[in-house]
Amino acid sequence: MAVTLSEKAAEHVANYLTKRGKGFGLRLGVRTSGCSGMAYKLEFADASNPEDLVFESHGVKVLVDPKSLPYLEGTQLDYTKEGLNEGFKFINPNVKDECGCGESFNV
Amino acid sequence: MALLQIAEPGESAAPHEHRLAVGIDLGTTNSLVATVRSGMAVVLNDDHGHALLPSVVRYRPDGTISIGYDAQVGEGDDPKNTIVSVKRFMGRGRKDIAHIESMPYDFVDAEGMVKLRTVQGIKSPVEISAEILRKLREHSERSLGGPLTGAVITVPAYFDDAQRQATKDAARLAGLNVLRLLNEPTAAAIAYGLDNGIEGIYAVFDLGGGTFDISILKLTKGVFEVLATGGDSELGGDDFDQRVFCWIIEEARLAPLSHKDARVLLTRAREAKEHLTAHGEAPITVKIGSGEYVDLKLTTEIFTEITRTLVQKTLAPTKKALRDAGLAVDEIKGVVMVGGATRMPQIQHAVGQLFKQEPLNNLDPDKVVALGAATQANLLAGNRAAGDDWLLLDVIPLSLGIETMGGLVEKVIPRNSTLPISRAQEFTTYKDGQTAMAIQVVQGERELVSDCRSLAKFELRGIPPMVAGAARIRVSFQVDADGLLSVTAQELTTGRETRIEVKPAYGLSDNEIATMLKDSIDYASDDAQRRALREVQVDAQRLIQATQSALNQDVRLLSTQELNDIETCMKKLNEVMPGEDRGAIDAAMEALGHATAEFAARRMNDSVKQALSGRRIEELDA
Repeated sequence: MAVTLSEKAAEHVANYLTKRGKGFGLRLGVRTSGCSGMAYKLEFADASNPEDLVFESHGVKVLVDPKSLPYLEGTQLDYTKEGLNEGFKFINPNVKDECGCGESFNV
Repeated sequence: MALLQIAEPGESAAPHEHRLAVGIDLGTTNSLVATVRSGMAVVLNDDHGHALLPSVVRYRPDGTISIGYDAQVGEGDDPKNTIVSVKRFMGRGRKDIAHIESMPYDFVDAEGMVKLRTVQGIKSPVEISAEILRKLREHSERSLGGPLTGAVITVPAYFDDAQRQATKDAARLAGLNVLRLLNEPTAAAIAYGLDNGIEGIYAVFDLGGGTFDISILKLTKGVFEVLATGGDSELGGDDFDQRVFCWIIEEARLAPLSHKDARVLLTRAREAKEHLTAHGEAPITVKIGSGEYVDLKLTTEIFTEITRTLVQKTLAPTKKALRDAGLAVDEIKGVVMVGGATRMPQIQHAVGQLFKQEPLNNLDPDKVVALGAATQANLLAGNRAAGDDWLLLDVIPLSLGIETMGGLVEKVIPRNSTLPISRAQEFTTYKDGQTAMAIQVVQGERELVSDCRSLAKFELRGIPPMVAGAARIRVSFQVDADGLLSVTAQELTTGRETRIEVKPAYGLSDNEIATMLKDSIDYASDDAQRRALREVQVDAQRLIQATQSALNQDVRLLSTQELNDIETCMKKLNEVMPGEDRGAIDAAMEALGHATAEFAARRMNDSVKQALSGRRIEELDA
């Protein structure tokens, strides 16, 4: 199983990376915080760590640290518009329940 | 679920702690809002995909308020209650506003800022601007999916304290937390990343819908200093439309038009102008109310010809700003284009020719100010990336000081000091037993108060009675990052303090600021002489007062002849003092000093004698 980007998400990430002028790829992760236990991490990555797992999706490198991987297996990162708002969305099959806004979750 | 944005490494926000910040370009004609999403500044469009919100507010009789495009229709139908370009009234008194008599509004005399009577009651420009800002806030909160942490709002570089304060008040009224007010040209320079670039001098050429501003900025160590500003508050893209409109009427030999036809033609004129920017010619076909058809073709050549004088009109203030800053064209590192009207190739060409370089124009000139403000807002809200450990600073446009005796200005904070800044200076009393002090805060570059602008006046009372010059009064000036001033005066022996927030009643126009700056240079040597004269006059006054009080106490020490001499000298000094002849005043002061030398010595002996009489030597030793 891997962690992937939707085509649209990859397009946006690639665009942001170009505008940013530097960056190795995108780092996805989880950390323990938030109202339902876990929270996502979504950051630019300037370099990969030796223990990182690196996936490539639509030409964009996706980095996940081994501790986060069990929580993210099979996750797809999508880019969507909701009304005037737009941004990235985790489609994560491991999630059992999440807080009302979905910013934190439980597995 | 919530939609996420990509953060810088190690900067992911905790859930529910996203710091949402926006930059707002509160323009005369149009306003817009931008934010930084995943590290990129973007403009937030409204539900219809419009980036620009026309700065128009219409108060309707049913108590509702429309803003933007919805309000624009009211310009023709209901001009009295439809307020356009309210920015021109911000922080301004009635007499500061040009062409006030030709405006369709019902102005109300109010202390300080003008107010407008509408169908929903009397509204101040602050309230009207707040409506525009509220609309922008609501739509950004819907776009970003949460309440805003704060906003950076841009203002013209020449805005004075009153206008800045009014803008800040409007934001607060709209429920916005103002992170900072930022100068428009500075914001444009940030959008182009000049703040991270090569240090040097940049020009920002801003031709909007109805106003033209030119600013010369100097970048050193991440600080933008405004070297000069200039412009024309009645020149903009609308004037180019007007020229095309007149050309259509002439070419088609139209009879005087109805109001409605005129509006239609003006719209067509604008469309033709915009079409020309991308194409060599623009067809104009309209059927007007009388049934006549207009079928014309506007070519680039014709357009260039009919708008030549307008283009020239932008160059004159530009050259003047360069002159004011004492710069030659080849000292300008880059030229930033701002405002929709700078899209016209005629303008691009003229500016390129004047500065002998291609202007920076790859960002949308309508959006560049908002984008720069968004970048700054993102930083101030704490969403900074590694290496972004700088904070951009602005400078104060005109020196701040207080009035001292003789109507002289003592500058406390010099012009172009970086903000925020705090400076203190000690002053003292002028007369024996003086228990109060009036403090007049002034802004300007000239040496005499009468040539500067008075910002505020306040009094420090309760100074303990002391001889002149003994009291120590510390006056502190603080200018915050938005360029707003507060002044405190403290008497140091008692700790008694008064303070004032400066909210001046009237604003200075950009022309006034420019004139004040220019005068300060033109009159520099004049001023120095006048200052020297005033200083001598103040000294003379002080000498007369001191002599008089000595006479009152110790006249018994003088012979009639001596008293006569002193009085003659005092009379002479009193006569020459108000005159312009510094030499004569100096001479009279010297004569008086000479005449009283013996008297002073005798007083000294006398007081020593008094102090010693009746005491034993041993006591004095101790």
